[in-house]
Amino acid sequence: MNLQTVLRVKTLAAAAVVMAVALGPLAAKKVASDAAKFRQKLAGDKQIEQALSRMTFGARPGDAAAVKKQGLKKWIESQLNPTSISENPELEAKLTKMGTLGLSTEELALKYPTPQVLTAVAMGRMPMPEDPDLREVYERLSERYKARIERKKTKGEEDEEEVKKANEDRIRRRIGTMTTEERSEALRKLAPQQAVAGEITEAKIYRAVMSERQLSEVLADFWFNHFNIYIDKGADKWLTTAYERDAIRPYVLGNFKDMVKATAQSPAMLFYLDNWQSVSEAPADRTRRAAPKARARGLNENYARELMELHTLGVDGGYTQKDVQEVARCFTGWSIDDPNRGGKFKFNERVHDKGEKVVLGVTIPAGGGMEDGLKVIDILAAHPSTAKFLSRKLAQRFVADEPPVALVARMAATFTKTNGDLKAVMRTMLTSQEFFSAGAFHAKMKSPLEMVAGALRATGATVTSAIPASQAIANMGQPLYRKQEPTGYSNNGEEWVNSAGLLARMNFAIALSENKINGVKIDKDKYATTAKSMGAPEWQRR
Amino acid sequence: MATRRAFLRNSGVAMFGIGASPIWLERAMAASNAGGRKKVLVAIFQRGAADGLNIVVPHGEKAYYAGRPGIAIPKPDGKETSAIDLDGFFGLNPNLKALKPIFDEKKLAMVHACGSPDPTRSHFDAQDYMESGTPGLKATRDGWMNRAVPNAAEQSPIRAVSLGPVLSRTLRGANSAVALNNVRDFQVKDKMASEDYMSRYAASVDTQLKGTGKETFEAIRLLETLRKAEYQPGNGASYPGGRLGTSLKQIAQMIKADAGLEVAFADLGGWDHHVNEVGQTALVGPLANLLTEFGDSLAAFYRDLGTRMEDVMVVTMSEFGRTARENGNRGTDHGHANVMFAMGGNLQGGKVYGEWPGLEREQLYEQRDLDVTTDFRDVLGGVVKRHLGQPDLARVFPGFAGSGKLKVFG
Repeated sequence: MNLQTVLRVKTLAAAAVVMAVALGPLAAKKVASDAAKFRQKLAGDKQIEQALSRMTFGARPGDAAAVKKQGLKKWIESQLNPTSISENPELEAKLTKMGTLGLSTEELALKYPTPQVLTAVAMGRMPMPEDPDLREVYERLSERYKARIERKKTKGEEDEEEVKKANEDRIRRRIGTMTTEERSEALRKLAPQQAVAGEITEAKIYRAVMSERQLSEVLADFWFNHFNIYIDKGADKWLTTAYERDAIRPYVLGNFKDMVKATAQSPAMLFYLDNWQSVSEAPADRTRRAAPKARARGLNENYARELMELHTLGVDGGYTQKDVQEVARCFTGWSIDDPNRGGKFKFNERVHDKGEKVVLGVTIPAGGGMEDGLKVIDILAAHPSTAKFLSRKLAQRFVADEPPVALVARMAATFTKTNGDLKAVMRTMLTSQEFFSAGAFHAKMKSPLEMVAGALRATGATVTSAIPASQAIANMGQPLYRKQEPTGYSNNGEEWVNSAGLLARMNFAIALSENKINGVKIDKDKYATTAKSMGAPEWQRR
Repeated sequence: MATRRAFLRNSGVAMFGIGASPIWLERAMAASNAGGRKKVLVAIFQRGAADGLNIVVPHGEKAYYAGRPGIAIPKPDGKETSAIDLDGFFGLNPNLKALKPIFDEKKLAMVHACGSPDPTRSHFDAQDYMESGTPGLKATRDGWMNRAVPNAAEQSPIRAVSLGPVLSRTLRGANSAVALNNVRDFQVKDKMASEDYMSRYAASVDTQLKGTGKETFEAIRLLETLRKAEYQPGNGASYPGGRLGTSLKQIAQMIKADAGLEVAFADLGGWDHHVNEVGQTALVGPLANLLTEFGDSLAAFYRDLGTRMEDVMVVTMSEFGRTARENGNRGTDHGHANVMFAMGGNLQGGKVYGEWPGLEREQLYEQRDLDVTTDFRDVLGGVVKRHLGQPDLARVFPGFAGSGKLKVFG
C-alpha cells in the first residue's frame, strides 16, 4: 500500500464513522462491521468460489478446479474478453435450430406472420408468400382466422373465446412434453407468435446453463433488465428478439453510450415507452400537419422520463419535470416504420419539434433534427449522476445489496475516465478487494433465474426443452421477458425472500431430484441428493 | 441489508418452536363462531398510476371535457357508454357498473383528489412511498401495512398475507407476513423432503431465510385443511379469471375459514396508459378492460362475503394520478392526485368524499395535474384506526398527524 492509498483508506474509514454516528448507535455498529467485512480478504479457494458465484450462473462440477488451473486473474480477464473463449458447440447447435433468433424483425413478421400481416394478405394488400411451405402456413392461419370470424357472426363472442381457449390448452398440454426442436416446428406452423416468445425464452435459459462465456450472459441479463421492455406489449411480441440481440448483447462489455443509442433507436423500446408516437406540439408544426380528419397528436413524456430516471441519471440524478418535457421534445420524430410488420427505426423530420430546448442547463439550439436526441444522449451518458447510478447498480448485482460506497466511487471514476467503457468498469469491480471480501461472500440471494440455471449447471442436467424450467422461474416470481414495468426486476436480494418464492424453490428442487421436470434430465445416482438439497437455505445464496 | 425485519424477529418475544403445536393454531381452527371473527383490512394497489379522472369522472366540470376531447367519459345520458351518475357532479366509469349497487347500499365510498405530498412522478418512488407510508423518505425499511398489524396475543401465521409470487413492500417489516400465490398450491410436494427442509431452515444461521422459512411452514400447516376442499364462493358470486379476481377469491376463502387473517394485500398492474387509453367508446380499450376486471372482482368479493363484509374493509390506491388533459396520443402522462375507493365495514358510503380542487388551469397542480387535497395517509389512517382499531397512528404513519377532516369511516 502506498501512502496515498493508506490516506484514502483512512479518510474513508473516517467518513464511515461520521456517517454511522449520524445514523445512531445500532446502525453505527452495523456500518462499521460491514465496512470491516469488506476489508477482510477471502482465502484463495474461496476467492475462486466467489468469482464463479458472481461471474457465472453458478459453478458446474469441475469449474473451480479449472479456474484454479488457469489462474483466477487469467480466468477473469478471459471472461472480460468473451470472444477469446470458444463457445460450447452444443449450445451453438441448439441456438441454430431455433429459427426465430437470427431473423431481422421484418423477416420475423413475414415468416412468423403477425395478425396484421395475415389480415393484410387476406385483404389483398400484401402478396401471398412464394415459398410453398410458408404459403401453407399462411393459408392455414387465414382459414382459421376466417373461420373465427364466421363463428363470431353465428355463435357470438363467448363461444369464440371458448374455442380459442380450448385450442390453446390443447397446444399447451402437448407443448410441455415436446423438445425444443419439436416445439419450434409445431409452433411455427400453428401459433407462430408463441414460437417467437418461446424461443427467446428458451434461448436465454440454454445460454445461461451452457454458455462458456458466462460473464457475458450474466451481463446480458443485467442490461436487458436495466433497459427493460415487456414482451407482451403489442408489437414487442416480435420486436424483443432483435432488441436483445442487436441493442443489448453487443454492448454489455462495450461503451455505455452506444448501448443507450442502440436502445433509443430500437423499435422495441420506441414502442414499449411510446416514443414512436410522440410528435411536436409547437403551434407552427400543428398547423402544418392539420389534415382535417387527423386527430391532433402531440408530446408523450414516457420515454424521456424513464431514459433519465431508469436508464441514465437515476431518480435522484438532478433532473426536473421541465427537463422531462424538454427531453421529450428533443426525441419527437424518433419513430418506427410500421411496427406491426416488423418495421425499422425512422426519424420523422415532419413531426420533430425544431424549437430551442434546454436540457439540464445545456441549450440545444433551434433548427436541429435527429441530432437533438443524440445530443441528449451525449449529455446524459457523460453526466456524473449516470456514472454513479450505473456503478452502484452493477455493484449491487455483483457485490452486495448495500455495496461499499468507496468501491462505487472508484467504479464511477473509471466510468468517467474511460467515457463509459463498461469493460473497464467491470474490471475495476472484479479486481477490487471488496469483491473478494468476506462482506461480499454469500451476501447475495439468488434470483429465480440464477437459482434454476445454477441448479441445472451444478447437477450437469441435460436440457432438451427449457419451457418447463422457465415456468419454474416464473413461479418463483421472475417471468422472463415479462416484467411489465420499465424498472425491471430488483437487484436487491430481499425481493426474493418470501414464502411463495421459497416454496416454489423447494418444489423445484424436489422435482429436479426426481427427474420430474419435463425436458430436464439429471443423473439421479450421482446428483439426486444434491438436487434435493437445493431447496434448503444454503443453496439460496451466492 | 440483513434488515430490521430479521433483526427484530429474532430478538423478538415468544417465538414458537417449529414442530410444536402453537395455541393460536388450535384456537384458530376451533373458532368457527363469531368469537373467532377478526376485523380484516384488504388493500389493493393499482400499479402504474390509474387515471382517477376517468374512473370517478367529474362530469360536472367543463374543463374536464375541454382538456380531454378524445378520451373523456361522456356525461351520464342513460346510455351504457356514458358515466353512471353518482351525485350530479361525479359519475362512475361505465365499466364499473358492478359497483353501483354497492355504492347505493352505502357500502362503497370514494375519496377524490387524494395523493401524496411528495411531488415525484416516478412510478417506482411513488409506489415505494405509498407502500412504506412515508412520502419522501427512502430509508424506511418496512411498510405501513406491516406496522398496522394489530399486536394481538394470538398471532396466526397468515394474519398478514400478500397475494402473488413476491412479498409486497407494504407488508415487509417486523411482523411476520407471507406471500402466497394460491391456497391450493401452498405446500411442499414431498412429505419427507418437507420435514427435512423445515429442520434445515430452522437450523439456518441465515436469519432472513430462517425467519421466512419458519413463517412458510407454519402457514402451510394452517392452510392444510383449506387446501383440501374445493372453494365454493358464497351467494353465487363468480370471480373474473384475472389476477385480481383470483387474489380476492383466495382472500375471501381465508377470511371465511377464520384462520386469523387480519391484513391482506393484492395488486393489479397495467394502468400506465400513455397511449390510446380509451377506444372507440368508453366500453373498449385498455382502461375499460382493466376497470371491468377491477369492478367485477370487487363486486364478486362483496357478494361472496355477504354479511361477513361487516368485518372487512377494502381500500384501493394507485401511486399518483394522470395529467388532467390528454396527451398527444389519446393517453395521459404522469400526474398527481387520484381517487381511492373504500368498500365494506361500517363505512359511511354512497358518497364521493374529498375537497374538489377543480380542473381549470390555475387550479391544477403545476398547471397540469389534479391537485392533492387529501393526503392518502388520511384515508389509510382512518381505516387503520376506525376499522382495525389500531389507535397508535404515529407508529403506522410516523411524522403524520392526520387532518381529521375525513368522515368516511365514521
